[in-house]
Amino acid sequence: MSDMNSVTAAEAPEKLSAQPRRGKSDKNRSLAGDAWNDLRKSKIFWFAVVLVAAVLLMAAWPSLFTSADPNECALNRKHAGPSGGAIFGYDFQGCDVYARTIYGARNSIIVGIASTALAGIIGIIFGLSSGYFGGAVDAVLSRIIDIMLSIPFLLAGIVLSRRLSSDPNDNGLLAVILTLGLLTWTSSARVMRSAVIASKSQDYVAAGRMLGAGPGRLMFRHILPNSIASFIVVLTILLGVNIGVEATLSFLGVGLKGDAISWGIAISEGTGFARVASGPLVWPAVFLGLTVLAFIMLGDAIRDAFDPKLR
Amino acid sequence: MDVLPGVDPRAPLLEVNDLHVEFRTRDGVAKAVNGANFWLSPGETLAILGESGCGKSVTAQAIMGILDSPPGFITKGEVRYRGLDLLTLSEAQRRKVRANKIAMIFQDALSALNPVYSVGFQLGELFRMHRGMSRADAKKRSVELLDLVKIPAARSRINDYPHQFSGGMRQRVMIAMALALDPEVLIADEPTTALDVTVQAQIMGLLADLQRERNMGLILITHDMGVVADVADRISVMYAGKVVEEAPVYDIYAKPAHPYTRALLESIPRLDMKGQQLNVIRGLPPALTDVPKGCAFNPRCRFAKDPCRSDPPPPAYAVAPHRTARCHFFREVLGE
Amino acid sequence: MFRYIVRRLLQMVLTFFGATFVVFALVFANQDDPLQALAGERPITESQRLALTERYHLDEGFFTQYGYYMKGLLTGDFGESLTQRKIADLLADAWPTTARLALLALVIAAVIAISAGVFSALRRGGVFDNVTLVATLIILAMPIVVIAPLAQLVFGIQLGWFPPTSGADPSLWALFLPALVLASSVLATQLRVTRTSVAENLRSDYVRTARAKGLSYRRVVSVHVLRNSLIPVITLIGVDLGQLMAGAIVTEGVFNIPGVGFNLVRAIRTEDGPLVVGFVSVLVIVFLVVNLLVDLLYAALDPRIRYE
Repeated sequence: MSDMNSVTAAEAPEKLSAQPRRGKSDKNRSLAGDAWNDLRKSKIFWFAVVLVAAVLLMAAWPSLFTSADPNECALNRKHAGPSGGAIFGYDFQGCDVYARTIYGARNSIIVGIASTALAGIIGIIFGLSSGYFGGAVDAVLSRIIDIMLSIPFLLAGIVLSRRLSSDPNDNGLLAVILTLGLLTWTSSARVMRSAVIASKSQDYVAAGRMLGAGPGRLMFRHILPNSIASFIVVLTILLGVNIGVEATLSFLGVGLKGDAISWGIAISEGTGFARVASGPLVWPAVFLGLTVLAFIMLGDAIRDAFDPKLR
Repeated sequence: MDVLPGVDPRAPLLEVNDLHVEFRTRDGVAKAVNGANFWLSPGETLAILGESGCGKSVTAQAIMGILDSPPGFITKGEVRYRGLDLLTLSEAQRRKVRANKIAMIFQDALSALNPVYSVGFQLGELFRMHRGMSRADAKKRSVELLDLVKIPAARSRINDYPHQFSGGMRQRVMIAMALALDPEVLIADEPTTALDVTVQAQIMGLLADLQRERNMGLILITHDMGVVADVADRISVMYAGKVVEEAPVYDIYAKPAHPYTRALLESIPRLDMKGQQLNVIRGLPPALTDVPKGCAFNPRCRFAKDPCRSDPPPPAYAVAPHRTARCHFFREVLGE
Repeated sequence: MFRYIVRRLLQMVLTFFGATFVVFALVFANQDDPLQALAGERPITESQRLALTERYHLDEGFFTQYGYYMKGLLTGDFGESLTQRKIADLLADAWPTTARLALLALVIAAVIAISAGVFSALRRGGVFDNVTLVATLIILAMPIVVIAPLAQLVFGIQLGWFPPTSGADPSLWALFLPALVLASSVLATQLRVTRTSVAENLRSDYVRTARAKGLSYRRVVSVHVLRNSLIPVITLIGVDLGQLMAGAIVTEGVFNIPGVGFNLVRAIRTEDGPLVVGFVSVLVIVFLVVNLLVDLLYAALDPRIRYE
């Protein structure tokens, strides 16, 4: 409708200024600046930031939050209610639920960050080469991604995680990291691929190519910085999701194992005794839920800030 | 169909008086229509002419009562059908006017038809909802309609989907849909803009034939002065939401009274002026959020003088019987 | 339509082989002692060892093994568990329960997601819409290992509104709370897609035409907008199924529902490798087939695809 166009045209300047990238660094800065201005005003963003900071602090220095030893358990206080420092009570082995919940953050964060980093690296390599070289490389890599996506994620996780930690003395940390990293890179690869394809046709990349920049330099100096925003969003959300999946795998008995402290294991054990004592189930579940929520909200808020069209 | 209360068969078919429409967006209020006036008689073709963004389509949607609201609001004015002001009617009564009394066809038939229903369903729906016909009867009537708009093998195409038709055939389906309930007024919003030139002529021919047969009033909205010359009886030229000139078609082509009309005419490429530079209108239509003071056309007008640049804007001067122009200096424009 | 089906079938054959190969390779490739890997920490007897070697053709080459594995899958012979029960029989016992649970969950999710999504889209920017947006974000983020035990604790044990666990052959009522939990894993995405899709379609040209035809607002929304808007939602069901399977594994474990997921969890806990592999393979096949069916349904709903 011609007449409607003129009305929407009045909104156009604002949208244009928020449009992602045209190559020049000052425009990049103004995009980042706009995004930051939006973010600063977002309540969800600050809520997420506070939660994420708290969890990271817990993971790094759990002793800041509790002086109790999470491995000091005594069966004679099994399922005892809250007392003294143990504000969440004791679990079925008489361990301090509060201390174990605080210490549980560390494994979740380690798995989350390491597996997401792995997924990010694989995603960058696959996505960049797929988008940059196109043709046969792209066709093969796209088929691989199709096949990966055709296997329900948790099923593949169960099989792969079992496969990777056949050593019964292993606590399963490395296996879970590898499992999640190897299974979740597809989304970041897709984002990279479309970002590369979109920016390949743009002037600054063509100019770089004419000036004789090789594929490596083009990818890492020109294309990567321009698609970094969407990439960070995908990885932030993935971090949250992966923490959730780690807990799920641990809950099912194929994630962290043995004496590892994990929210997933705690929930699994707590479920069995939920009728007797709810604390050992509720608190790890609440902490896990809030942690996952925090990362996903953070990613969501950043995406909204960088891509106002989606609002 | 029950009779609408307040309809006077002797009153003019359609009258639009001082119609104001605005769009309230986050970035301010866009005044899309600022006092549009025109009338239409049975069997007559009125062309509404203007560049994109001048308020033609919004006016049409306001007449039909299908403005998106919000953001669009009718703030003032009347739309009288046989003396009855449609803007005072309830939504339920309004619905009975649509398609029954006043129907509309749109520019891009591909997007204007629902992609997931067959044309038979979309045509038949009118008979089922407004006339309470059975599915079978509605289908029979739909086939007749497709025949009427000269779609070959209508019976076998009735279950086809819009994307299976060619552009011209789709526009015929749109016309069939608009004529289904024998409306007295048909509004055609750029009916041929999306089509090839040869198909354009066929569609315009079909519209003209059907109009004559049924003695319908036709409002033809277009930006193409070429299309208008052959079919229209009268022309209303719109600029920035106002009718700036209204006149019988012959007069306007012979002697435009408003500088904008004149500029539009001069911007048509003509064979007898080959080799000369084409006159294009300087500048762009004003943003509707910020319409210039006085005559909205003054920044682009070569006749503009001081009175044009200050309020009040020029009134509709009677240039001749049945002919008005909103220009302080229409005599100069006519006489030059 | 025909070409579309053929193309989708060919694509499915390709992904089918790819996916089963990945699952198979994950289990068997590059193992020092595949038998011990299958059995996990459990010691295996010599007779089990022999049976497994024969079953998986471990004395032959990798690709031959894969060939036999595929042949088994295609002929419905999924092998035996370490406890010498036929996996096909276990599946036959378990799947009706899981199917009921999953269908109930899908129905609950679809009813809530579509009605709330349409309502949100019609009143975009309103209170309901904003509350829904935040709520879906929270539901989207909550892992099912958090929702399932907490729902059981609060609604099953403490408030006692629903049976906290369902025994063998559970009634629909016993399945309601688990289905609600399971529905939450797909509800948020469905709702958001419905909302976006309805909002987009409301702005489309054909809606204006429908209004110009003098149709009531209700008919415009429920007939013209809804059918178009549901197309992307329907295509989600294929993706949702993967979520539902993952969700069912946890949910059935928590609520003691003797379905496929419950058996899978037990197989994992008892280190019954062959059972895990068998179940996972079947679930992957089900997933692929349902995705194919959804694509065909998509074609049925959208004539533009049908006559491609």
